Amino acid sequence: MTMRMSAEEAAPEPLERRWWSRIPLHAALVIISLIWLVPTVALLVSSFRPASDVNTSGWWTAFQLPFGFTVDNYGDVLSNNNLGQSFLNSLFITIPATVIPVMVAAFAAYAFAWMDFPGRHVLFVLVVALLVVPLQSALIPVLQLTTAVGLTGSFPAVWLAHTGFGLPFAIFLLRNFFGALPKEMFESAYLDGASPTTAFFRLVLPLSVPAIASLVIFQFMWVWNDLLVALILVGGFPKVAPLTVTIANMVGTLGQNWHLLTAAAFVSMVLPLIVFFSLQRYFVRGILGGSIKG
Amino acid sequence: MDFGTALLAVIVVVGVPAITVLYALGTERVLQLIPERRRAGLRPWLWLLPGFAFLIVFLVYPTVQTIVLSLLDRRSESFVGADNYIELFGQGSFWQTIGNTVLWLVFFTGITLVFGLLIAVLTDRVRYETAVKALIFIPMAVSFVAAGVIWNFMYAFNEQIGTVNAATVALGGEPQAWLFEWPRNTFMLIIVGIWMWVGFAMVILSAGLKGISAELLEAARIDGATEVQVFTRIILPLLAPTIAVVGTTIVIVALKTFDIVYVMTGGQYDTQVIGTLFYQERFANHDAGTAAAVAVLLLLTIIPVMILNIRRSQAQEATR
Repeated sequence: MTMRMSAEEAAPEPLERRWWSRIPLHAALVIISLIWLVPTVALLVSSFRPASDVNTSGWWTAFQLPFGFTVDNYGDVLSNNNLGQSFLNSLFITIPATVIPVMVAAFAAYAFAWMDFPGRHVLFVLVVALLVVPLQSALIPVLQLTTAVGLTGSFPAVWLAHTGFGLPFAIFLLRNFFGALPKEMFESAYLDGASPTTAFFRLVLPLSVPAIASLVIFQFMWVWNDLLVALILVGGFPKVAPLTVTIANMVGTLGQNWHLLTAAAFVSMVLPLIVFFSLQRYFVRGILGGSIKG
Repeated sequence: MDFGTALLAVIVVVGVPAITVLYALGTERVLQLIPERRRAGLRPWLWLLPGFAFLIVFLVYPTVQTIVLSLLDRRSESFVGADNYIELFGQGSFWQTIGNTVLWLVFFTGITLVFGLLIAVLTDRVRYETAVKALIFIPMAVSFVAAGVIWNFMYAFNEQIGTVNAATVALGGEPQAWLFEWPRNTFMLIIVGIWMWVGFAMVILSAGLKGISAELLEAARIDGATEVQVFTRIILPLLAPTIAVVGTTIVIVALKTFDIVYVMTGGQYDTQVIGTLFYQERFANHDAGTAAAVAVLLLLTIIPVMILNIRRSQAQEATR
């Protein structure tokens, strides 16, 4: 108690006494923040400027009177460049590709955390190993597989592939969380005659809402922002292609039409940014829980 | 998108949870049919089945199959032994690709870690910590494709448009074509990666930093340690395991790099990395054998990290 008291009293003193010595610290943080923010602000401002302005003057000149902001670029990309369709496609890809792996992973994670079976250790090592397998090492045969069953160029191909690719992380994260639940809770539930299935739905899932929320956000962001899997499995199919694929193509075809490219990029960023700002807490928790600690 | 697709998506979103609940209840029903002493033995396998079915079909089998394909010709028809590898090793462009991947490994990983640590330590000392951290973290939420557009715009040659060239001219320099000349272009792409991933390093390192007891640091300061000494003698050693965790994650990101290079240069002007060379070989050169060989080499470079991760997770299990 006395230790803590003295630490609390001592801590603020040197800081407050030498406030001027902290100016470099504040300056460094302000500069770093500006450097990090400028690219995004440049994009956002440019996406609201008329084409003639964007392609002849810097975004930093946009704040001079008279203001000439417009939403025409957005109307243009959403209707003329298949971006509206791609936005819907991204949603259609991302939602099932988030729901399926989370459910499937919860099952496996429960077995790993609270059931005894021979080979449990070896199988979990396999999951940890698969955690880092690069998609590039799996994608060619996966493409052959989806082509063989006629799924290439369809939503289910992407759903299933993302489920497979997202599972190692999902199982790993949930297993760590489930495993940390108190053992006594299960013992008393079983004493009351609950089956493992009942314990899973009545105890494990409700208590794991924070972990599941983290995982849902992670998988959502991952699939929404994915280019490689979509490019290979549905890249040649504009009716199914998500935003990332469509925008990557626009970079090739629209080249220097910055007013359109900036608007298109921002369309793809809106949803992740909303999710990020509203659920930041869970996102950060997912990052912390998903790393293998030393 | 037609009505059928919409219906399918709704069915999937509503149906998948329903199916999983039914599956769980179904397994319990099935288990009631067999003798009680066998139930506990069979149950875990039924719970693992869906997950492992996906893992085997979409990860284990394809990875093994990729190794097989790397030993076959470009159309995967006849066995050619190690020819794909020998051919790769004989190409100057392959070593260029390896060189770039090494640049990514060293500079992307190193600078991301240093910046992440620096920002974590600096923000720890100010009241507006949360605001700065959220700001640095924003790029993490954005796709590599959007980041590619953002930075293509930053690097635009016209100094009236491109922010980086505007700054260069303002400082008395000449506007540059940042993405055309090796090795500068690779470093310019690495900057994009750093911009995106520093937030990740910062978040984990910052959490590690909060775990170091304030009393310990204060005691050192009272004993006359300077801030630099506190950092190098106490914070750094205590944070070493966390730095290692972040480092391995970023090493993997570096090795797998695909999107930034694909969107910003398409691998042209000598910016190719292993992750994009695979795509180039498979979809531009239509050579499945060589593409698979590249993928296998990528997998091999990742195996040390894989072993490290397995060791760590086992150590973690032991303390559970």
